[in-house]
Amino acid sequence: MDIEKVDRILEEHEYRHSAIIGIMQDVQDIENYLPEETLRYISDKLELNLTKIFDVATFYKAFSLVPRGRHTIKVCCGTACHLAGAARNLDQVERTLHIKAEETTDDRMFSIETVNCLGACALAPVVVVDEDYYDAVKPGKIEKILSYYRSESER
Amino acid sequence: MQKIRTISDLEDIRESILQDKDSEKTIIRLCLSTGCRAQKSLKVNEALENEIKKYGLQNKIEIKKTGCHGFCEMGPIMVIEPANIFYCNVKPKYAGDIISETVLNGNVINRLLWKDPLTKELTKTEKDFPVYRKQRKNVFYNSGKIDPTDIDDYIAAGGYSALGKALATMTPPEIVKTVVDSGLRGRGGGGFPTGIKWRICSAAPGDIKYIIANGDEGDPGAFMDRSLMEGDPHAIIEGMIIAAFAIGANQGFIYIRKEYPIAIDHLSIAIKQAEECGLLGNDILGTGFNFTIKIDRGAGAFVCGEETALMISIEGRSGIPRSRPPYPAFEGLWGKPTVINNVETFANIPKIILKGADWYSSIGTSTSKGTKIFSLVGKVRNTGLIEVEMGTTLREIIFDIGGGVRKGKRFKAVQTGGPSGGCIPISRIDMPIDYDSLKDAGAIMGSGGMIVMDETSCMVDVARYFINFLLFESCGKCIPCREGLKQMHHILTNICEGLGEKGDIERLEELAHFMMATSLCGLGGTAPNPVLSTIRYFRDEYDAHIYDKKCSAGVCKNLFEYVIDAELCNGCTICKLKCPEKAISGEKKKPHSINPLLCIKCGICFNLCKREAIRVK
Amino acid sequence: MKVSVIIDGQMVQIEQGAPIIDAAKKAGIFIPTLCYHEALKPYGSCCLCIVEVIQDGQRRLVTSCNFPAAVGMEIFTNTARVRQSRRMIVELLLVRCPDVPLLQTMAKQMGTGLSRFKTREANECILCGLCVRFCEEVVGVGAIGLANRGVDREVATPFKMASDVCIGCGSCTYICPTGCIKMVSDRKTPNLRSLKMGNCSLVPCPNSYQCETCQIEQEFFKDIKRVIAEFRSKGQ
Repeated sequence: MDIEKVDRILEEHEYRHSAIIGIMQDVQDIENYLPEETLRYISDKLELNLTKIFDVATFYKAFSLVPRGRHTIKVCCGTACHLAGAARNLDQVERTLHIKAEETTDDRMFSIETVNCLGACALAPVVVVDEDYYDAVKPGKIEKILSYYRSESER
Repeated sequence: MQKIRTISDLEDIRESILQDKDSEKTIIRLCLSTGCRAQKSLKVNEALENEIKKYGLQNKIEIKKTGCHGFCEMGPIMVIEPANIFYCNVKPKYAGDIISETVLNGNVINRLLWKDPLTKELTKTEKDFPVYRKQRKNVFYNSGKIDPTDIDDYIAAGGYSALGKALATMTPPEIVKTVVDSGLRGRGGGGFPTGIKWRICSAAPGDIKYIIANGDEGDPGAFMDRSLMEGDPHAIIEGMIIAAFAIGANQGFIYIRKEYPIAIDHLSIAIKQAEECGLLGNDILGTGFNFTIKIDRGAGAFVCGEETALMISIEGRSGIPRSRPPYPAFEGLWGKPTVINNVETFANIPKIILKGADWYSSIGTSTSKGTKIFSLVGKVRNTGLIEVEMGTTLREIIFDIGGGVRKGKRFKAVQTGGPSGGCIPISRIDMPIDYDSLKDAGAIMGSGGMIVMDETSCMVDVARYFINFLLFESCGKCIPCREGLKQMHHILTNICEGLGEKGDIERLEELAHFMMATSLCGLGGTAPNPVLSTIRYFRDEYDAHIYDKKCSAGVCKNLFEYVIDAELCNGCTICKLKCPEKAISGEKKKPHSINPLLCIKCGICFNLCKREAIRVK
Repeated sequence: MKVSVIIDGQMVQIEQGAPIIDAAKKAGIFIPTLCYHEALKPYGSCCLCIVEVIQDGQRRLVTSCNFPAAVGMEIFTNTARVRQSRRMIVELLLVRCPDVPLLQTMAKQMGTGLSRFKTREANECILCGLCVRFCEEVVGVGAIGLANRGVDREVATPFKMASDVCIGCGSCTYICPTGCIKMVSDRKTPNLRSLKMGNCSLVPCPNSYQCETCQIEQEFFKDIKRVIAEFRSKGQ
């Protein structure tokens, strides 16, 4: 990752140890994941032990240490979505993409994430691709949703 | 934006905002909260703006981008003033009609009105809604009415006058006493009396104290905090400033989960505006009192909703709860006395200060005062956010407000309190809702999620769902919680997969009581609630799973089969076409059948069949 | 300020706010622990040290390693509830680490076996965090830490690669109650030993652990070894 960008982020957070979560969030916003060398660099610059950084980076689910796909499919597995059949939607997404939840397809096109609740319970079950919400999703609709993003990327 | 230097300034500014308002203007209140945005309300906004431009009516019509109206499922929602015409399911293509028909000619478009699914009656205005009749909007009053990104709108609606009153006429101990007397209890789950917490913290030794608003709404199925932060952020900020003044804090934090980007955005804007107006920062309203607020984004950890874990997360570490005592009011953030309250708790404060403790304590039950926002979701007909007086019965909430269970199915249970809560059956449905009655029923108030379940919900699966949820959301530090959850999950999974055996229920109960007594924090201590409450009220379902190997709800895949009712099937072939495993066979216009050996129970056919000919056996 | 507490019927005076395990020590009462160490800050993860406390009329189970003593507190270290809970903890740990001799012995002492839970994992680490905390608090290096959460929580070096800050002092192998951190010899050069724990390895000692003749910070290591030796003698 661009060192200058990292420096700017560190600067914005005034090199505070307590801001490590915010710093990593900002890095991930740019890079889509947390590259190892960036974390090592941050550890050096902040003089914060790498074990602490690794602990935080693996504790919080928002962080990923491996690159993610171009499109992230978030299957909401909150209670309302679960009752409305979220597990079946997840099964269907996994079957269609031949990967499991929290994994990325070999072509780096899609990553599947499960999320606990997006607060859109009235629209359950919800599937979110990147920023687009799909409400009242049934397993039969999954293929159509995914193919839209596949063809969009080809364009 | 004008700087507000004194308390009388505030009143003058309010006056001038109200005077500047063009009463001739038609105001369209369009919801741009997460729920409506998910249903493309931004596109509706765009289409409306184009139409307004087309007619050259920019000075005559104003689109006010509001927060949640509570009726999320029917989104996008809009209300057209002054007649308060309520439109739902608005699509961008209707924008032209809305402007030309309703705004210019005053005609109501019937197809955009809400139709009662039972009586087929059309509802024209907001207040005619049957859903709203039993509600009492207090905290949620402004949401859906004001533009949350405009501080002027909040001030015009009477905002910050509680702060003015508190700073001008009350001493910190008087404020604390008012909150104590009001009987307000924490809205985040535990229900600890807010005023007592403030009193302990204000008496704790130390010059530096902190205020934290907990907006890490992690309970799946609850979204009132999100809507509140999106729809009325200044109310939370005002409550925090008053709390800070009362306990002597100069720094505040709002911890918001990152899954709520709009809430983060709106609160950031609100904080910036309050700073520019001089309502945050140094010498607030000329009183010499200083207070600033910083936003911390969560990073995806349910356990950070626990107060000690949340503080540790703000300190930049993994959110692992620590044992209490010491309580945060003595030793909180960075070891300093800290008041940590839920965002909804803070949003109650301005009302209490303005209208007084007596007014507030006159609402609700003897032990639980005020109103509470619930998110009513699941298999209920009208889903969304509701605000009711404490003591309202579950029956009123689910049947009168929620319109009962969907598709004529039978009510089975309502789950309250998220993963720490429990499932309440029909036998308890006339119970008035407050902190204590819920606890007595084996559930908790929690943050206020209410998930209605019907006969298609399997209670063993619900228990397994929550334990599975916690398995990965527990911090993993203490053995009772980490290893206990693992064993519970193992037993429940076995039961759901048809491998349950005699003694499993007793083992679950033993583990549950052990975890409750020995876990380090509240997460582990309440984690067994979903298991215990489902065993308590739905033991027959557990027995059916274990002994008969049957899941009558059609959820546990190994314990049921899909069959086609030959009498109902008209051979439309839809199911056959859509079956991914080609497990369905049959000729056109003749009853079809499912090959159980090929069926993977994905449920596609079950959902597709319009004649409901596919059954669970 | 000193306060009086009653522990198993004995009146003991200890510092207010001190962990109640101190009171037990003063009264000569043995409390089993797996994650507690006098040289380290209380952690409270194994919960084996639970005792029953009556305070302000409330009776509850608390972890004695970190629960602060207060005036008028009454403590019971060996009630049926305490014994039952401890037994459950050991039982659960045995599912996790069935082959750890220490846990097998403890289970036997408490009168329990592996019978009730059918799963069997192949862990050796009980996540007591002693190695992590010792490395950080006493050695002052912080070469190993914790990672992930929930059931996936584990002890790990950053990125699960050989730590580049480990000084090879070996404290972690000494302090580990289950013996899951091992000092292993390099196959090619048997003199060169390194520390291994699951997938993580720490750096080999530059002096092949010939501590007696080692010139590197001789005093520093002596101190650590003394602390560990004291701990071990107490545990037995």
